[in-house]
This record gives sequence, structure tokens and C-alpha cells, in this order.
Amino acid sequence: MSTSTQSAASIQRLQHKRQTLDDAYSPPANFLEIDVCNPETHGVNKDRYTDYEVRMRTNLPVFRLKESSVRRRYSEFEWLRGELERDSKIVVPKLPGKALRLQLPFRGGGDGRFDDEFIEERRRGLEDFINKVTGHPLAQNEKCLHMFLQEQTVDRGYVPGKVRTT
Amino acid sequence: MSFFGFGPSAEIEILLDGSDTRKAAELKLEDGRKERFPLYYDGETVSGKVNVVLKKSNGKLEHQGIKIEFIGQIDLYFDRGNRHEFVSMVRELARPGILTQNASYNFEFVNVEKPYESYTGSNRLSDLVKEQEICVHTLAQYPDLNSSIKMEVGIEDCLHIEFEYNKSKYHLKDVIVGKIYFLLVRIKIKHMEIQVIKREIAGSGPNALNENETLAKFEIMDGAPVRGESIPIRLFLSGYDLTPTMRDINKKFSVKYYLNLVLVDEEERRYFKQQEVTLFRKADKKRRPIASNMIERGIFHHRTAQFGGPQPPPQQPQQQTVESPELETGSTHVSPAMPSKPVAAAGQSEEPDDDEAEADDDEEDEDEEPEAEDEDNDGDRQEDRDSKNGQL
Repeated sequence: MSTSTQSAASIQRLQHKRQTLDDAYSPPANFLEIDVCNPETHGVNKDRYTDYEVRMRTNLPVFRLKESSVRRRYSEFEWLRGELERDSKIVVPKLPGKALRLQLPFRGGGDGRFDDEFIEERRRGLEDFINKVTGHPLAQNEKCLHMFLQEQTVDRGYVPGKVRTT
Repeated sequence: MSFFGFGPSAEIEILLDGSDTRKAAELKLEDGRKERFPLYYDGETVSGKVNVVLKKSNGKLEHQGIKIEFIGQIDLYFDRGNRHEFVSMVRELARPGILTQNASYNFEFVNVEKPYESYTGSNRLSDLVKEQEICVHTLAQYPDLNSSIKMEVGIEDCLHIEFEYNKSKYHLKDVIVGKIYFLLVRIKIKHMEIQVIKREIAGSGPNALNENETLAKFEIMDGAPVRGESIPIRLFLSGYDLTPTMRDINKKFSVKYYLNLVLVDEEERRYFKQQEVTLFRKADKKRRPIASNMIERGIFHHRTAQFGGPQPPPQQPQQQTVESPELETGSTHVSPAMPSKPVAAAGQSEEPDDDEAEADDDEEDEDEEPEAEDEDNDGDRQEDRDSKNGQL
């Protein structure tokens, strides 16, 4: 380093504004937590399906509700992914796999797609997916995402579009 | 030295004057190897001698004249057949005749204009001034106006930052001093880094070939910032292999440098802002320091020293001529001075009156004591004291 030819002054830090105590100790403006939890299998025999609670806490102004909890099943996650691929400019992350593998013979003995292990793996994958997508600045304002996270039911006949920040 | 075989009859040797004392500089060759060549500057004389050595001591060499050429040329990789000469000088060494013994010719290209610096591109571009195996450095004076770069950028509603670099033109051994101020942070940032990128642009217009190379990556922040935080930047350029910025050399190529600020969030999404900076090669000679405002300052402090009180050091003025020894502002009186309201309110990066008054103040020149107060020399305590005194 050639500090011998440089004075302390020439490499001194630039002056900066002191951060207010408010800014330093308030909750950060990027608070966003989404949990995919409490899987429940409904129905009997061939008509069974599993859904998950999608619980969100945030302080981002773009979301109407700062706390929400809805129940969603895998096919609805797939629907969301399709909408985002079409409408948003982002590369949409992958969902955890479908249950096709579980129909192979050696997997017999378990519950197939209602197997606890499978559900847990899927739950984790869904949680990763929804967090990645919701945190993305270019996907955050999609109506489909807001409906998915904060409306009790997903209306597939909705009008696609963007949400304005409140 | 170089040997050019001349068939079986003779060998030619070119010897440059002063090659043992002349500074040499390294140039990267086309195959990636680095070699040292004698270094010449614009306007310097290139002289030496040419030895023609006959292979057979009793042989003879009939020739149509012997001349020496000084050529500056640009080779572009994609334009291989075409060498563009921008300098060409010839000296005739001998008229057509017959050589019966070894001969030696002196040559001198006086005050040769060497407008462009030697540059070897990466894989694409080829050398400049290579035939004569000398290396040219173009020197520039410290720029008169070197404003800082300050900008607010961001993504609507997600991330707003203000970045600042202390200068827009840096010399090759300079230090980039800057800061990043966070205005709005609605994403989860994991870390932030700054990169130095070199871009070579060969050709022009729609056929221009761009090649980018990241020369340095330097993490400046680890963790998630919130609004109101300032992150300092201090990047020493002497650690990297840099050349000056070259704009449109002979209308054939350019070499530009950029600072790339990159923020990475927890999902590995990258947010970046590239900003061009101009690099130049500073002349080595020392410039006499300008002491006029130092004197002013000295007097001011001398007076205020009477008021005593805790002694944080005065704000050092922006050092403009980096070679000159550090001038101790407290040097005209005994006790350290009270901090000033910015006297030479150092418009942080503007060149002060350096160019006008080269006041020859010997007293000030001599004083090279290290600054007493900022012992660890990292500017930290300086900063704290400054803000205590309300200096923002």
C-alpha cells in the first residue's frame, strides 16, 4: 500500500449523517415472515387432499394486511406459479416435486403422498418457494400473489394485474 | 536488444542508449506472458545504435540501403491483417552499397511524439508500440476539476441508496474514498461489495466488441442495514493491475473503468449500480505544496488556541498534491488547535488554489511530524470528534 505518499486526510472517511435513534432501533422496514405449516389431510380414501396453513407477518406497505392466515393446497401453489410466470418478469423458483415418484412399487407400505415424511418435505419446499417469491421486488405487487396470501379463497377468475402500494 | 536475422549473411542488432539505466515497465504479451521493456515518455528522444554483424568474417553483404523506423501501431484482434500506424519515423542509416565488415550506425529519434500509452488487451486487443520493444507511459497532471460522484439510486418502494465517491478521476495509485447511505431498505440485504471493472471496447459503432473484466472485488458490508446507516468505502487502487482510461485511441479502441456497487439479498438476488471513473497515470515529479491556506489556518488556530478546552485536532484539509509532505496544521503554535468550523471548508474534492499560487513557504515544507491526535491513523477518532463538534 502506498500510504506513505498519502496523507491521513486524503483517505479519511467522508462525513456522514448520524443515524437517528429512531431509525436505529425501530423494527426494520423489510420485515416479512411467511410460514407454511399445520398440514391437514381432509376427506377420505380416493378424495383425500392435504392443505397447509400459509401464515404471513409483515410491515411492507404493499400488503394490505400486516398479518394474515389462509389455507392452501399444492394445486393452488401451482396455479400461483403459473400466474407469476406469465405476468411477472421474474424467473419463478421451482415448487417441490409432484407425488409421481411415490406411485412406484417399492414405496408401497407408506401412505404415498399422505406420508408424513413426504408432507414435511413438501411443506418445506412450499415455504421456501413462497418466501422467495414474496420477497422479490418485481413479484411483490402482483395481484395473484396478494390474493393467494391474503384472501380466504383463490378466485381463478380474477383479473390479473398489479397492486399499488397503499 | 533485438536480433533480426538477415538470411545467412548478416545479423542486425539494435541497442537502445541507456538501456541499463532506463526504467523498464512490464507489458503483457499476446500469449499472456509478461515481459519488461524500456520505458519511454512522450517527447523523449529514442536513440541507440544499430550493429550489423557479418556472419562470415570475410563475407560481404550487398544491400539497397539500411534504415531504421520508429513505429507506433495498433493491432486489433479481430482486424488482424490491418495494423494501424499512428507514428512512423524513418532514419536512413546507409545508402545502398556493400558491407565488407561489421558496421555500426547510431540513430536518434529526437523528441518523439508518443501520443498513446502502451496497452495490451486481454486476448482480443494486441500491443501498442511493440515492434521497437519499448514501452510508453502517458502521464497526466492532476486534473483541475475533480468533482465527487454523488447519486441517489434505487428500486421504487424497495431500496433507495445514495452513493458517493470522493472523486471522478483517480490516479493509478490513488485511494477511492466513498460512502453508501441507506434511505429505504425494504429488502433483506445480506452483504454489499464493490468491484472494479475494466471494459475494453474495440472498434466502433454497431461492430464494437466489448469485453469486461472484473479486476477487484471487495466486500464493504456484511449484514442487513437499515435506514439512516452509512457504510464507508476505502479502496486502495495500488493493489491492482490498472492502466489509465483510454478514450477512442486513434478512433480504434477504448479502455474504461467502472466501479460496480453490488448489493446481495438473502435470496441471492443482486442489485447493482455501475459508475464510470476516469483513471490516469500521475507524473512522478514532486510538486511544491501550496501553503497559502495553510498559513491562514495556522494563524486562525493560533488565536483560538487561547480558549483551551479539549483538543480534538482540526479537520485536515483535503490533500490535493499527494506527493507533498503532510503539512501539520498545528505547526505554527505550541498546543493543538481547537477544531475549526471548516475554515478551508474543504469542498471535499475540489482542487483548491493549488494551481495558482505555488507559494514557497519553507517553514511549512519542513514540518513532517505525524499528526499527534490521530494515532492509529484510521480517521475514526477524527470522525467522532468532528461530529461532536457539529460538523456534519
